[in-house]
Amino acid sequence: MFAFALPMASEEGGFVPPSVSDTHLPDIFPWMAEYGTGFGKQMLMIVLSIVLITWFFTAAIKNPKLVPGKMQYIAETGYAFVRNGIGRDIIGEKNFRPWIPLLFATFFFVLLNNLFGAIPFLQLPSFSHAGSAYAMAIIIYGTWIAVGLKNHGIRYFKLAVVPSGVPGWIMPLMVPLEIISNFIVRPLTHSLRLMATMLAGHMIVMLAASGARHLIVVQDSLAMNGLGVLVIIGSVAMYFLELLIMCLQAFVFALLTAIYLQGAIEADAH
Amino acid sequence: MNSTDFILAASESVNPLLPNPWEILVTGVGFAVLLFIVIKVIAPKFEQSYEDRVTAIEGGLEKAEAAQKEAEETLALYKAQLLEARTEANRIREEARSEGAQILADLKTKATDEAARITEQSHRQIEAERVSALASLRTDVGALATELASKVVDEALQDDARAQRVVDKFLTDLEAQQNAGASN
Repeated sequence: MFAFALPMASEEGGFVPPSVSDTHLPDIFPWMAEYGTGFGKQMLMIVLSIVLITWFFTAAIKNPKLVPGKMQYIAETGYAFVRNGIGRDIIGEKNFRPWIPLLFATFFFVLLNNLFGAIPFLQLPSFSHAGSAYAMAIIIYGTWIAVGLKNHGIRYFKLAVVPSGVPGWIMPLMVPLEIISNFIVRPLTHSLRLMATMLAGHMIVMLAASGARHLIVVQDSLAMNGLGVLVIIGSVAMYFLELLIMCLQAFVFALLTAIYLQGAIEADAH
Repeated sequence: MNSTDFILAASESVNPLLPNPWEILVTGVGFAVLLFIVIKVIAPKFEQSYEDRVTAIEGGLEKAEAAQKEAEETLALYKAQLLEARTEANRIREEARSEGAQILADLKTKATDEAARITEQSHRQIEAERVSALASLRTDVGALATELASKVVDEALQDDARAQRVVDKFLTDLEAQQNAGASN
């Protein structure tokens, strides 16, 4: 199954580990772009995730029952997790309602695209490609800045970068730091955290798969073949660790979204 | 594997931090579409379902509470009615008892009166009968005595008026004799 997504490593000579290029599969519509930059599998998966999320949640709530069926129960639990666990707990009882859809869409969009990395044949977490992570981070970045401006006007920038209760002489130090941390580093960490964990997880899977293949197929020594089997066993453990990280990163991404929104809504509260 | 190979391979490859513009476009537009669907369809339906459930549960609780209250009220009413009925029954029993006693007393009085009346009547009747018996006896005894006397004295005492007188005198004497005997 792993071999499906694998590049043909050179069979002769030494082992060539997979590289980042290998996460870019051949383009489906390679116009206007060089190799790895056209419309490819990763983008199809983005579209697939949107179709799947829409299908699942509309089908689950089509005929809502007071006593939910299995599908409705799962969907409602997922919805309630984002609504109450992320939205209400972070943004607060008063303001969280308008932000439920954004948080819901963000969490399940990221979650499903991450989980694609654990599904055979798809086997690629969409957010291991920086473009997608940047796109999400930009959307969230734009949203919370807009929210801050809408709630506090242009004064929002002052509220966001000038911490209250700090002695005046330290301000020349604090304000640039706040500007860098809030408006420059924040969207980068938001996107790169997701992208890097997904890419790393994907690389580990690829490395384990191609390494095992090399050890079993190319190497002649029985010891090496046995080692290859061990690598496969080890990769199963890595698979479950990845599964955990995929869910965790989706949660962290949505949680940070809520935290940024809360900060923008209540910029004058701290 | 050796590390130089890996570094070599990595350096050859695309910088993973450089985005593919297509990916940004597809992700951005895709997320916008998803967000639109969530805002328009999914979130309202889930919120509605949640609201419905809250309403149903709260409504059920309210209904149960109302039923409980009603049951309690009915129970109190029944208890009051039962108490009233018991008091009423007691009152009626008491009344009946006193009434019974009254009736009994009345009946006793009536019976006593009746008995007295009957006794008196009997006395009176007996007296009348005695008087009439006495009268008839007097006549019969007179006749018998006259007959006897006429037989003894033969024709001498044929005259009725005289005979009557003799008889009356005899009886009066007899009575006087009796009375004297009784007083002795």
